[in-house]
Amino acid sequence: MQQSYQSKYTAYLYLSPALLLIILVFVYPVIDLIRRSLTRVDDGVISWTGLIAYENALRDPIFWTSFFNNLRLFISIPILVVLSLVFSSLIFERTRGWRVYRSLVFIPYVLAIPVVGIVFSYILQANGVFNQILRSIGLDSLAREWLGSSATAIWAIMFVVIWKELGFGIVLFLARMSSISEELYDAAKLDGAGWWQQMVYVTIPQMTAVIEFYIIVNMITMLSWVFSYVLVMTKGGPGNSTWVLEYFIYQKAFPYSQMQIASAAAVLLLIFALALMFLQARLRRQAEGVEA
Amino acid sequence: MKTPTFINVHRLKRLPAGTVKQLALILLSILTLFPLYFMVTNSLKERDEFFNNLLGLPQNPIFGNFTNILQHPNLGRWFANSILLTTGSVLLCTVIAVLAAYAFAQMSFPGRNTLFNLITPLMVIPPIVMVIPMFVLFRQLRLVNNPGGPLIIYAGLMLPFTIYLLRNFFITIPKEIQDAALIDGCSGFQVLTKIYLPLSKPALVTSIIVNAVWVWNELLIALVFLQTEELRTLIVGITTSLQKRFTLDVPALMAGLTIATIPIIILYIIGQNALVRGLVAGHDK
Repeated sequence: MQQSYQSKYTAYLYLSPALLLIILVFVYPVIDLIRRSLTRVDDGVISWTGLIAYENALRDPIFWTSFFNNLRLFISIPILVVLSLVFSSLIFERTRGWRVYRSLVFIPYVLAIPVVGIVFSYILQANGVFNQILRSIGLDSLAREWLGSSATAIWAIMFVVIWKELGFGIVLFLARMSSISEELYDAAKLDGAGWWQQMVYVTIPQMTAVIEFYIIVNMITMLSWVFSYVLVMTKGGPGNSTWVLEYFIYQKAFPYSQMQIASAAAVLLLIFALALMFLQARLRRQAEGVEA
Repeated sequence: MKTPTFINVHRLKRLPAGTVKQLALILLSILTLFPLYFMVTNSLKERDEFFNNLLGLPQNPIFGNFTNILQHPNLGRWFANSILLTTGSVLLCTVIAVLAAYAFAQMSFPGRNTLFNLITPLMVIPPIVMVIPMFVLFRQLRLVNNPGGPLIIYAGLMLPFTIYLLRNFFITIPKEIQDAALIDGCSGFQVLTKIYLPLSKPALVTSIIVNAVWVWNELLIALVFLQTEELRTLIVGITTSLQKRFTLDVPALMAGLTIATIPIIILYIIGQNALVRGLVAGHDK
């Protein structure tokens, strides 16, 4: 009918540059990576190795150190959700100066991780500002080299990740809160609900979808976007105590040139990331099923 | 016996609620801004003053650290590299994404929805996963230590988000406008450039700012694909060379970090609303 102006192939013509680039940057690497993890090359001869590289990766204790550090970083997620809820609702209530606060809290999210990481590594060092503040309020016993001791380094990194990611949660939740119907709050207030009750019975139930989205985004962040923090703040140290999966893959691939193990570990990381994505798709479908 | 905690809680309750909320937000703002304050104030101190006065404002603010660091032989080059790489990759990505988003939004062809639904989840693939195969391939193509290499990778990595954002904006433009233009004799491509693009300015601005901030700040790909000193981006240059070289001259390092942060702060001031809109897109309902 009105398709006359558009030949059958026009759409593909418009799509072709995007598809070519996506094949180059996403499809080809994933296929090549899987192939690389299952084969080895000796003098140009390619031989099938089965799952040996996966076994080697999984037998490497540092792989597990790295994986568990990613899991430790997951602990920041409930903290981020609670802090984002509290502060977005404070800003949403039009507390005096809310526009300024909204602009300020988002700043860390746009700063470069390497810049933030370097600044924090000076703030957190043995004679740094953070320890000076602790000493000045009489908490001398708590002062330590936060990034230099294997007991605290990964938690110090987690603190910096929280500092950087919180603004996104606040602004995201704020956007969702703005579209909750005023009537729900009016009704709750008529029933005598206080701040806390409004939060628990009105705000949070209305926000389940966006909270779930924020949790999944953060799980993906903690799994596959923390390389820069580690590289800049600790270089994986002290010892191997702050390695994460991305850092493991990077170290195996580049300085160590163990491409096959690196590829196997990268496939495992990809599987974790995809599993999280399917989990989200499933939760969403369930949620929609309940609503329908 | 009353415990101190009990007394505190009791007092807190007697404070007006507005004050408690104000205090909480002020505390959050101080924590948020403190690292920036630390970076900027210390970039204005002499090295000796830095050791004696970590926290305070500089007693005699000096700009010597900035002039020192600007004399670093590669800093200007790194800055130019970052500007070129950011502009080039964002431009390439935007042009390609506009064409694809237009096809997804306003043309009908077999496999349209399937294809679109396959592109958006690509956003979750960890970049480190792509780095090994791309590095091997680009070494053969002589695209390692060549700004063209990361330019292509950045444009590709940004595509799923950009197509998603633009397509969702394009579908809100009524089809009647398109039909009217076609009757007036416009070609499909003219409809895109003369009608869709001018109407989509907010979405374009949003995607450009979100992407520019990301490329400017990116570390991993720039680190792996641009290994010679002169080709580095500003962020990589500062993280690798300057961090090593100025370990003992913290104020000079802070001046370098401040210089790397200024463009982002300018972008944030200009495009704050567009940026926030892009990042929360689709989650405000």
